[in-house]
Parts: sequence; C-alpha cells; structure tokens
Amino acid sequence: MLARRVIPCLDVANGRVVKGTKFVDLTDEGDPAELAERYAREGADEIVFLDITAAHEGRGTILDVVRRTAGRAFVPLTVGGGVRTVTEMRDVLRAGADKVSFNTAAVADPDLLTRCARKFGSQAVVCAVDARRLPAADGAPQTWEVVTHGGRRQTELEAVAWAVRAVELGAGELLVTSMDRDGTRSGFDTELLHAISSRVRVPVIASGGAAGPDDFVAAVREGGADAILAASIFHRRMHSIASVKAAMAEAGLPVRMVEEAGS
Amino acid sequence: MSGSRLRVAVLDYGAANMVSISQAFVSAGADAIVAAGPADLAGADALVVPGVGAAAPAMVHLREQGLLEPLRDWVGAGRPCLGICLGLQLLFDASDEGDGGDSPTLGLLAGRTVALQEAPTLPHIGWNSVEAVKAHPLFDGIADGSYFYFVHTFAPVPTDEGIVVARTTHGRPFVSAVASGSLYGLQFHPEKSADAGQRLLRNFLGLVAAGPGAGAAVAADEKGGGTTFAPPASEAI
Repeated sequence: MLARRVIPCLDVANGRVVKGTKFVDLTDEGDPAELAERYAREGADEIVFLDITAAHEGRGTILDVVRRTAGRAFVPLTVGGGVRTVTEMRDVLRAGADKVSFNTAAVADPDLLTRCARKFGSQAVVCAVDARRLPAADGAPQTWEVVTHGGRRQTELEAVAWAVRAVELGAGELLVTSMDRDGTRSGFDTELLHAISSRVRVPVIASGGAAGPDDFVAAVREGGADAILAASIFHRRMHSIASVKAAMAEAGLPVRMVEEAGS
Repeated sequence: MSGSRLRVAVLDYGAANMVSISQAFVSAGADAIVAAGPADLAGADALVVPGVGAAAPAMVHLREQGLLEPLRDWVGAGRPCLGICLGLQLLFDASDEGDGGDSPTLGLLAGRTVALQEAPTLPHIGWNSVEAVKAHPLFDGIADGSYFYFVHTFAPVPTDEGIVVARTTHGRPFVSAVASGSLYGLQFHPEKSADAGQRLLRNFLGLVAAGPGAGAAVAADEKGGGTTFAPPASEAI
C-alpha cells in the first residue's frame, strides 16, 4: 500500500537554509546538503528545496546544493523556484533532482508545464499552488486566489480551477501551500486541500501551517493529501520525522517507518 | 582495493535519473561509467538502463546514440543488465505509452507495458511495499514488504510469469521486479530508496561478481527449500 509521505522542506537562499514567517524575516538555519542528509537518515520520504531567492534575484547556487545532496542522501529530491525553461529544468534534473516545482513561472507561462512534461514526463513536473483565502459572502462557497513571487503578487486565478488546469497541462503532482497558514503553526488549511484533492487524480502535497503530528493526520484525513510538507517544526526540532510518522501510524495511516540509526 | 571494484556502465541517453543512479552505485561500492556511446561499454562488468518518462523518445535517443544494438548484444550474450523504471519497461516488446498508444521497445523480454489499472492516484508517486513472489538474491537481507520509491504511470505485463520476482499494489497489483537469467528489472527506483535501495544495489553487484547464472541457480535452489544466497568469496571471474 502506498505510504503517505512526510517531506521536510528546505527554503534555500544563496545556498543556505532559511526560514521566516510568510517568506519574510529570514533566519539562517544551516547547510542544505547536511540537513537533507540528516532528514533522509531520520526517515524523510523526500526532500524539497525551495530556492526562494531565485524568483527575484536570479539563479545562484541551487545546482551545487542539489549536486552535493544527491551524492549523500538517496531519497527523492524536488527543486522549486526560479526554473523557467525546459533547459533550466534539464540542468536541475541532471544535477540529481527528480522533480521540479513550478509556481510563478507556470502562472506566467502555463504552456511551460506542457513542454516540460512532454520532455521529462509528468512525474517530474510539480505545480506549486500558493493560495490565499478570499473573503466569502454569506452562504457562498469559500474560494482562494493564487499568489506568486512568494506571496508578494496577486493573480486573477482561482486556486482550485488553476490546480485542475495545471494537471490538464501536464503537472503530475500539486504542492498546495496555504499562504494564510504558512509559518504560523496554526494547522493546514484542510478545506483548501480537500477542495483541490477531490478534483484531481494526481497526488497532492499539503503545505503551510504544520504545528504538530495531529496536523499531519488531519491533512490526510480531512484534506485528502498524499504527502505532507513542513519546515520549521523539523528544523527547530520541535518534532522529529519519526514522531510525526509514529502518530500517523497510530492513526491508522500507512507510513514508511525507518529504524533510528545512531540516535 | 580499487582494483576489486566492479564497473557499472550506466547508459547516458538523456534519462534524467542517470546521475542519481551513478551516485547510488558508487555509494554501494562500484565504479560508475557514464556510457554515452558503444565504446564506453568496453571494460564494464554490468550494464544499467536508467529511464524516466516516455518510451518512444527514449528509444529514439538510444538509437541515435548507437546504443540499441550494443545493448541487445550485451543482453544476448547473457551479460548482467539491470533496467530501472522506464529502463525496465524498455526491455519488453512494446509499450502502450505514446501518442499512437503503441511504441515498439527492445523486445528482450516477452510482454508489453500498460497503464496501471484502477489506480487511485496517477502517476503512482511515493513509497510502496514490494511483496516477494519468490525468494531472490536481489532481495537478500531485505524484509518482504519493504518500502521502495516509485514514480511511474505504466508497468510491464510479462508473458512469462516465471520471471516475476515481486509485485506491488496500487489499485491492482503490478509487477515491480523481474529476473531472467542475468537480466534484471525494477519498476521502482533503488537509487532513491534509501537503505533498502542501497542494499538491493549491493545485492545486484554480488550477483554480477558471482558470474553468469548466479541468480537463476539460487532461484532454482529456493524452490527446494530456502537456500540462503551466499555472496562470492572472491573476484576470481
């Protein structure tokens, strides 16, 4: 049976792991390759590198980070941020990544998802949907808008419709981040997750708001997520990957448990 | 020390996971050769066919780089070969994947590659348990039902059930590992499957070192009652 994945996300700026609330107030939290290896040892099912400098400051050291990580952590690697062309995606994959996640670039150029899927397969193409709640009138269904550039720009896109379209265009996976919850440790927006996961057949990765193991269970149970991504609760050692997985297993969810090596 | 390391040639025909596979083999104790052309196969002890993505363009690339015939000759001579993911699917006769829904592939194993049936999510992405159909030295020291990492939408249906080593279930069960003589295939990615994947790659290297027929002989013994696979004591071959 397919296990529900637990994915630590490393926000990388200029080759270092950083974390802030809602993409601001960034603090340095270490070397990406070193952290990734530690997480892989502790049972991370995948590692996501989000190059948060790339969208507005140009590409830098992420290829080197991927290369160094791929040589020591034998788990899937996803890179998001700043990839705008098939050629750039090829470079990231050739450095050792398995998937590339598109957000701003896909909104600006939706056909990019199709071109990359045709070249590398849908399984390598992740569409990141950064969504923010829109005020709902009484009785009207809740909707979300898509934001880009790390939440700094609004778009005309409605998040659920955009997610469905992204899959039609070639995305093989969706990374759904609630910008209302990101960095707040107030739990995932399970309503958003469910609105999207119930409309697509591809796996949905929940992101934004993880506080504790119960949130991971809720993302799967209530949100229909296949995988759960979190950053600060792991980086700051508030919870270990093993303890989160133990809670998920306790709740009856299939997870890949690993023997704790040397801890 | 370095003289005893096996040389694994990983076919470089544009497949994205070529680098990861090479790195994983180095970590498992082999030397990895990036083989972009026929000449690069000289001196290799084993051949690995990587692959992610669609069958038809992969066949085009293999042909353009002049790797198609050397690959067929290699397998025809009974030399050790491992296909991973799309690399496994390419070993069979044809694939349903592609614009016309029928892409001819290598034809080294009888059967065709079809889409996963009744899958709750597609692509099938993530860690899933690999269930042994029969004991095989590839899985020596790996608990039955261990998780390996999958990323695919299609899987092969072998004509000969006898080559099936393991199955995995996503919707309906599908074939996740095959072995036929010195030809091995895995639908999952050992290079991305952490410790279980590293162990499997070391097991493969053990089979390569043991020489032709190692896998078949042990598999036959297993029917008699659980002979444990012993890795070769030396690199005499």
